[in-house]
Amino acid sequence: MTNSHPVSGSPDKEPATEPALAEAAGADRAATMAAPERPEEPRPSLGRLFLDNLWAANTVTVTVLALLLAMLIGAILIIVSDPEVLATYGYLTARPADALNSSWAVVSEAYANLFKGAILDPEASGFTAAMSPISETLTYTAPLVFTGLSVALAFRGGLFNIGAQGQATLGVILAAVTGFALPLPPVAHLLVALLAGAIGGAVWGFVPGILKARTGAHEVINTIMLNYVAVYFLSWIIVQNGVQNPGRADAISKPVDSSAQLPRLLGADLRVHAGILLAVLATWFVAWLLNRSTLGFELRAVGANPDAARTAGISITKTYVLVMVLAGALAGLGGSQMVLGTTANALTPLVVAQIGFDGILVALLGRVKPWGVLLAALLFGALQAGGNRMQSYSGISLELVTVLQALIVIFIAAPALVKAIFQLRAARAARLQTSLAKGW
Amino acid sequence: MSTTAVPDVAVAPVDQGFWTRHRKTGAVLLALGLLATVLFGALATGQQARFTLSETEGGAALEINGTVGAILFGVVTLLAGGALLAGMPKRRFTLVLGVGLLAFVLSFLCWQVSAAPEGRNFMPLVNVVRGTFVLALPLIFGALAGVLCERSGVVNVAIEGQLLMGAFSGALFGSLSGSVWVGLVAAAVGGAFISLLLAVFAIRYLVDQVVMGIVLNLLAVGVTGFLYERLMQPNAERYNSAPRFANWEIPLLKDIPLIGPALFRGNIFLYLGLLLVLVIHIALFRTRWGLRTRSVGEHPTAADTLGVRVLRLRYRNVIMAGVVAGIGGASYTLALYTFTKNMIGGKGFIALAALIFGRWSPTGALLAALFFGFADQLATYLGAIGSAIPSQFLAMLPYLATILAVAGLVGRVRAPAADGKPYVKG
Repeated sequence: MTNSHPVSGSPDKEPATEPALAEAAGADRAATMAAPERPEEPRPSLGRLFLDNLWAANTVTVTVLALLLAMLIGAILIIVSDPEVLATYGYLTARPADALNSSWAVVSEAYANLFKGAILDPEASGFTAAMSPISETLTYTAPLVFTGLSVALAFRGGLFNIGAQGQATLGVILAAVTGFALPLPPVAHLLVALLAGAIGGAVWGFVPGILKARTGAHEVINTIMLNYVAVYFLSWIIVQNGVQNPGRADAISKPVDSSAQLPRLLGADLRVHAGILLAVLATWFVAWLLNRSTLGFELRAVGANPDAARTAGISITKTYVLVMVLAGALAGLGGSQMVLGTTANALTPLVVAQIGFDGILVALLGRVKPWGVLLAALLFGALQAGGNRMQSYSGISLELVTVLQALIVIFIAAPALVKAIFQLRAARAARLQTSLAKGW
Repeated sequence: MSTTAVPDVAVAPVDQGFWTRHRKTGAVLLALGLLATVLFGALATGQQARFTLSETEGGAALEINGTVGAILFGVVTLLAGGALLAGMPKRRFTLVLGVGLLAFVLSFLCWQVSAAPEGRNFMPLVNVVRGTFVLALPLIFGALAGVLCERSGVVNVAIEGQLLMGAFSGALFGSLSGSVWVGLVAAAVGGAFISLLLAVFAIRYLVDQVVMGIVLNLLAVGVTGFLYERLMQPNAERYNSAPRFANWEIPLLKDIPLIGPALFRGNIFLYLGLLLVLVIHIALFRTRWGLRTRSVGEHPTAADTLGVRVLRLRYRNVIMAGVVAGIGGASYTLALYTFTKNMIGGKGFIALAALIFGRWSPTGALLAALFFGFADQLATYLGAIGSAIPSQFLAMLPYLATILAVAGLVGRVRAPAADGKPYVKG
């Protein structure tokens, strides 16, 4: 039976008897499966379209391949840095199975633990144990969403905000100080502390914004410098009287009151807290701001072409300052979660970790789009959570996660490279370019 | 970062009317002078402030009464500020500004040293000069790497990663081979590796150079940190015990007071760094290569028209930058310390600041690096004499100075015109 339209049913056919219909349906199905192999087919099937798109250089494909490439290089690093495995390569020609087996064993164990720590541990029993990986992933995701949004928002306005780290640092300082110094009732205390964190970040964003707008000083340099000023300010304020924990000799502040802490979502044993809900809310807000509001329109106009925007009557000075203040506030909120959430409850010199710098990677990976940032932050949060388990179970240093993250973004940033490696078809490749390429 | 890159924003009118940039600087200097004279003078004690020409308290020394010194130098700053405000000829601007700032620092030191506890109120100048150079050394190498890159039009934010990779591979291969020279070559190769990645992605794949620099820094932190924890920590004996370059004393010169012990009893990196400043300065401004580099950095299209191979020159310069920065990284692990995780700790970014503060010139970068090194050394010294000035604020100084410089408050800085712009032929 020949059928030139294998995908569609057969409404144009003569009514058939019950067995004949069943037979035709069976043949149809067979034809559907055979269809992609026939080159003379005039219209491609859905499956063919899917395969074509799958292998074209679209966002999802490039991201997945970038992840794979990064993990491949990560695997090489794991093998190279394991003296026992490396020793088996010494007699590779004599017994190649040894080398391959031991390499496979060490790499697969590491990546299995990465997966178990990030998403699901099949051997876990009970609600807490089963939810624990997801809870950890979301805990790490929440602040990254904020810093990622901060970088992405500025990017859309034509500014490269490398200062999310510094803005988050100021945010965490103000949030923590508000959190232990002000005697306020539970809900109000949390809101005030979050607000303080946002203000701290906004101030640190305002400085490069106003300098850019008034003097043309490049925001990349100023935000890098302000990052370090913030680091030293943090290390100074921790050891001041009234901030430092009186019972401790090392550099640690008083703990934040429980009234100022974000509530846990899944019971006391799981660390996931309300920050992730705020993160989704913030993503929605930034998406609305960028795509639906007047300010967002002006911001994108300035980012796309400052000259044209000015001709159209948009104040570039105002836009630059507003963008940086908003970006700073977002990063400040991300920073405040580092003490108001469950990661820590007191200031230490390393309390902000790397969330600001990771935010840059998250923004690039998310193609500087709000919902993309959320997904990218989820991936990075998962890598972080899984990396913790990989470190404690397989003894693979957590630094591997940093390597993976950097590699993923390198491959993302150069889609042409990924395309060349996998011989992808060029499709909508222009949309993958996240670079500004405008220099100092 | 050309301050003229964004012509559409309202650039503050700087050189118009009475308040020229020089007069504004004069006003700032005047305020500093006032601060020094009144505040430092009041806080300084009547004790002698001793600046010894040795490493210890003894020996020859310059001495001045604390209060007198603080006020005297404060007045000098005041005068310098007043002179600028009164409308000094432009060609003496730098000199007067320099004198004013130096006097301000001296006034500050008179206060600090005289107010130090009994027995510690002296400042060993040999230590200070030597410490300044030691701390400035990685900045010098890093900033020179920046000069090489950015003069040919490739932004180098990856200095930190190049230094770190240099330090790491220097330590690793130095330990494995037991030879400092193998370590030195390996360090250069390590720095060049990061540079090569930067070059390929920036020049071949046209990735935004700032983005690439940031990501490469993270990659270097990750890779070195990972291998450190996997190899060096479990087996430091084998992988992290690199031999070290001995100090080379230069005959005759080492006996010059103050400068001799501080500068001419150093290790190979000190001499190499200073030599490189000279070599790159001459090469950049006096040779064919330098002219081509600068033209490619300013106007690649014009250079291409005249037959310069833009991309090849950029590749070469970026990789040379990596070699220089890699050697700079080795100045840690093949002379001073064993490798530790993330041991560069932001020095690469101060080097970037020194590059900008020094206006993209090798000598300027040297001076900026020395200034930042001095600030660093001063923080250590003030910590040792138990000063009331928090060391963290002194540590912020390089970064704040750079912000002021970039904002055009101290003097305009302008990057090479094509810095950061990928060149596509045609």
